[in-house]
Amino acid sequence: MRENKTSKGFGIGARRVIAYIVLIFLTFLCLFWFYVLFINATRSNANLSKGFTPLPGVSFMDNWNSMIHGTLPVFNGMFNSFFVAACSAILSTYFSTMTAYAIHAYNFKYKNAIFTFILMIMTIPTQVTALGFIRLVDKMGLMNNFIPLIVPSIAAPVVFFYMKQYMESTLPLAFVEAARIDGSSEFHTFNFIVLPMMKPAIAVQAIFTFVGSWNNYFTPALILSTDEKKKTLPILIAQLRSADWLKFDMGQVYMMIAFSIFPVIVVYLILSRFIVSGVALGGVKG
Amino acid sequence: MAKEKEKNQEQKTETVKVQNKNKKVVSYNKWGIIFLLPFVIVYLVFQLIPLVSTIVYSFFEYYDDGLDMVGPNFKAFGNYIKLFANKDLFVYAGNTLIMWIMGFIPQIIISLLLAAWFSDPRLRLKAAGFFKTVIYLPNLIMASAFAMLFFTLFSKTGPVNSILMDLGLFSEEYAFLDHEWSTRGLVAFMNFLMWFGNTTILLMAGMMGIDPALFEAAEVDGATSTQVFFRISLPLLRPILVYVLITSLIGGLQMFDVPQILTKGTGNPLMGSNLTTMTLIMNLNRHLSVSKNYGMAGTLSVLLFIITAILSFIVFKVSTRKD
Amino acid sequence: MKKKVLSALLVTALMATMVAGCGSNSGSGSKAKASLADGGKVLNIYCWNEEFKSRLEDHYPGYTKVDATTGKIGDVTVKFTIVPSDDNAYQNNLDSTLKKQKDAAADDKIDLFLVEADYALKYVDTDYTVNLADLGITSSDLADQYSYTQDIVKDSNGNLKGSSWQACSAGLIYNREVAKAVLGTDDPAKVQEAVGSWAKYNETAAKVAGAGYVMCSVNDTYRVYSNNVSGKWVQNDKIVVDANMKNWVDDSKKLVDSKAENTNDLWSDDWAKAKYPDGKTFCYFGPAWFFNFCLDSGEEGSIANKGGWGYCVGPQSYYWGGTWICAANNTDNKTLVTDIIKTMTTDKAVLKEIAQKDADCVNSKTVLAELSSDNSGNLALLGGQNPYKQLADGAEKVDLSNLSKYDQACNEEFQKAMGNYFKGNCSYEEALESFYKAVQAKHPALTY
Repeated sequence: MRENKTSKGFGIGARRVIAYIVLIFLTFLCLFWFYVLFINATRSNANLSKGFTPLPGVSFMDNWNSMIHGTLPVFNGMFNSFFVAACSAILSTYFSTMTAYAIHAYNFKYKNAIFTFILMIMTIPTQVTALGFIRLVDKMGLMNNFIPLIVPSIAAPVVFFYMKQYMESTLPLAFVEAARIDGSSEFHTFNFIVLPMMKPAIAVQAIFTFVGSWNNYFTPALILSTDEKKKTLPILIAQLRSADWLKFDMGQVYMMIAFSIFPVIVVYLILSRFIVSGVALGGVKG
Repeated sequence: MAKEKEKNQEQKTETVKVQNKNKKVVSYNKWGIIFLLPFVIVYLVFQLIPLVSTIVYSFFEYYDDGLDMVGPNFKAFGNYIKLFANKDLFVYAGNTLIMWIMGFIPQIIISLLLAAWFSDPRLRLKAAGFFKTVIYLPNLIMASAFAMLFFTLFSKTGPVNSILMDLGLFSEEYAFLDHEWSTRGLVAFMNFLMWFGNTTILLMAGMMGIDPALFEAAEVDGATSTQVFFRISLPLLRPILVYVLITSLIGGLQMFDVPQILTKGTGNPLMGSNLTTMTLIMNLNRHLSVSKNYGMAGTLSVLLFIITAILSFIVFKVSTRKD
Repeated sequence: MKKKVLSALLVTALMATMVAGCGSNSGSGSKAKASLADGGKVLNIYCWNEEFKSRLEDHYPGYTKVDATTGKIGDVTVKFTIVPSDDNAYQNNLDSTLKKQKDAAADDKIDLFLVEADYALKYVDTDYTVNLADLGITSSDLADQYSYTQDIVKDSNGNLKGSSWQACSAGLIYNREVAKAVLGTDDPAKVQEAVGSWAKYNETAAKVAGAGYVMCSVNDTYRVYSNNVSGKWVQNDKIVVDANMKNWVDDSKKLVDSKAENTNDLWSDDWAKAKYPDGKTFCYFGPAWFFNFCLDSGEEGSIANKGGWGYCVGPQSYYWGGTWICAANNTDNKTLVTDIIKTMTTDKAVLKEIAQKDADCVNSKTVLAELSSDNSGNLALLGGQNPYKQLADGAEKVDLSNLSKYDQACNEEFQKAMGNYFKGNCSYEEALESFYKAVQAKHPALTY
């Protein structure tokens, strides 16, 4: 018994040390690349060809300028990405909440069948329907248009499911009944009573939908393949690997990668607590 | 609907009060359908129709050959036979699976370890918030930009080679992207980096949900932390582990951005005459945007659909099981 | 029940649209007369990079730049649609737009598009391109051009369907420092002696490797071999690997194994390092556009910046690249299209300006003769050397009888597959098999 106790006491201290070592190592693995990216974004092409240095160079502004005046419309791309992602996030959360509310608060024929159906399609990847999707979009004349990237986010089973779970724990139907007695119309009830109560869940899902859309490469690359001004950031980044664009200036290339990565990091650091707890919430529920 | 109307008609004979109440209930529930409509319409148009037409295409020979178009000619299961007769399908499926496993094993081990540490009150780790923030960070980075970054960092004359040579670890530059295991390793490593934080947080949430009384009882009985982990935490985490495993596998099947950009869509290097980093979705993308072979793209999609449907069914069973 | 009806409807609707969508296509071979109009407000130009855009911006009289991809000529808006050529993206987009050309709105119709030698035939031999004679461009207008530049864009009836401002004969661009260190001289004539045949080239390569440098990438020499083949890539719908391509593979494998050449991809970061002294590389292979477009002469510290390159013909004469301008059928800007082709590819004053400003080797015998006869053709990045004599001689020798419309796919995939053989990832046979499969994936009708 005594022996056991000492070994355990010793164990805690040692384990703590090991835990810190592992965590610091993982932190290094997560952050090192971004550090190199930052350093290299500040160095000129000629300087970069000499090998790596741990200290930043002096060509940050030169690289910035050559990126701005370069052939890839990165600012346009950032705006496009932002526009598509923001619209998707708004539509997706609003309509998913609405769908969840329909299932949660009402009773109608086939309700359970529809609910089961949505759960079943939840994990079907978009790539599977990509062929039919691009052919359809082509026939609709919507190639090189943001609509096919934004509107489909209305039907987002995963967001719906999260909302449904959240509603079950936080939205008693008595509230709805009370609103009805007060003479509030159903649509009004949804917009001004249900939505505000769902704020935390909406915020979490809005962030995830935004990030998902912001990072999406597969579908936008198929839809926006030919109009330079409509392209989103991931497509432009992918083009850096193509010979015709790469004007052989690595300083500029690093600057563009930095430009597409660092804003996200900054926003993440501001919202991080919120995001991390949001993931945990989704995990328990899912 | 018609029957309900009939009912309403019958109810006319009843008292005004009851009739009103019934009408109200019906009209409330009508709103449920209205609220459901946007989802249903958008789903029908942008997902169900494409899905059906993808399946239809899979039975046709149909491709663009430059300015000429071949088909559509109905071939019944011709495309399927072609797809299975060509061993490449299995090579690409193998590549996808191998790279997924190479990333998933370290991911699940590290995540379990971290989740156990973070949720162990006796360990009292400081700065846990900081570490959680950092490990989740790579998940939010644009995969395409991350892959482009790794491509430049690991190029033959890039910074990683330069650092390793300065440290004296390498005597000459190593072309990471010219060798199959280093290329696959890089893809797996990036997948690991992007997902281990997410998995850690999910598992942590699962561990937090375990009744603390169990741990207390174990402590009273003198169990070591290793015993607690293997005898209590792990068995109770089983459902969430299965969930993580299957969702990760479904995600793995969709592996695209990272190997696509890292290898510029080529799926190189070769091992024998087989591509070693070409994934199923990269292959689908080649059919869709490079060779414009709609028939084969359809066939491949149907196959992927069937695989994910099976996996989804497992997830569905696991996550809706009440115990 | 309802569901069944719905899905049945869906399927029929889909089948109907699928069948209606196709069947009416395929313009190759037919002999319809070009339909040309004037008065369009938008001039659409399809291309794969910035080159032609900057040529037009800099040299076409009356062109004003509006933003990165638009400009104005008079009251006509010029719109560039730039799609990179990797993985067929440029051609795929061009193809799908051309197929809709007839019914497209006036402002969306393609007026001009650019093609490369590797796939020029694919467009030239169809009604999607306009006979230059129909535009009123006569053979006397084009008399000063090199004949190979016209052979590429002649259809099967001998009609000329496009025109180029460049003559892309190419040679070996060597690093003078390294030449001095290894060969003891940087004189173009002496260096030419050391690399004048493949046997001598390989000898020199061994010396270069011995001195701690590399010759270049295997992909640099690729075009020299592939231009000197004895047959086409595709014969009777069968993919054929020419004996000279096998020579490239064998020579390159030896050089890679002895570390005299590397396997860097063209345009990659690693490959581009050779533009700086730290790249420790003997040479690049390239035509005149390479001087200006690829050698970073504006960058402090680059070899070109110090005038450290020299030019000689190399083991075999060859050509590389070049851009041809084609007028698209159904254009609504006939006059402007005609004038752009004429001005940019036949106007001697403009061509000379292009040669001097952009160090391009222009498609005019007279201008090249002028440039090589005095100091006006001396290039600073070549240390003052005048390469125009060699370039002009090379242009006369270019032979394009073995071009096919599958060249782009074949060249791209052959290099990719053989790269793996050079790196030791697979045997030659295995690489060959993967090459066949890759080409077949792009052109399902071919066999091997």
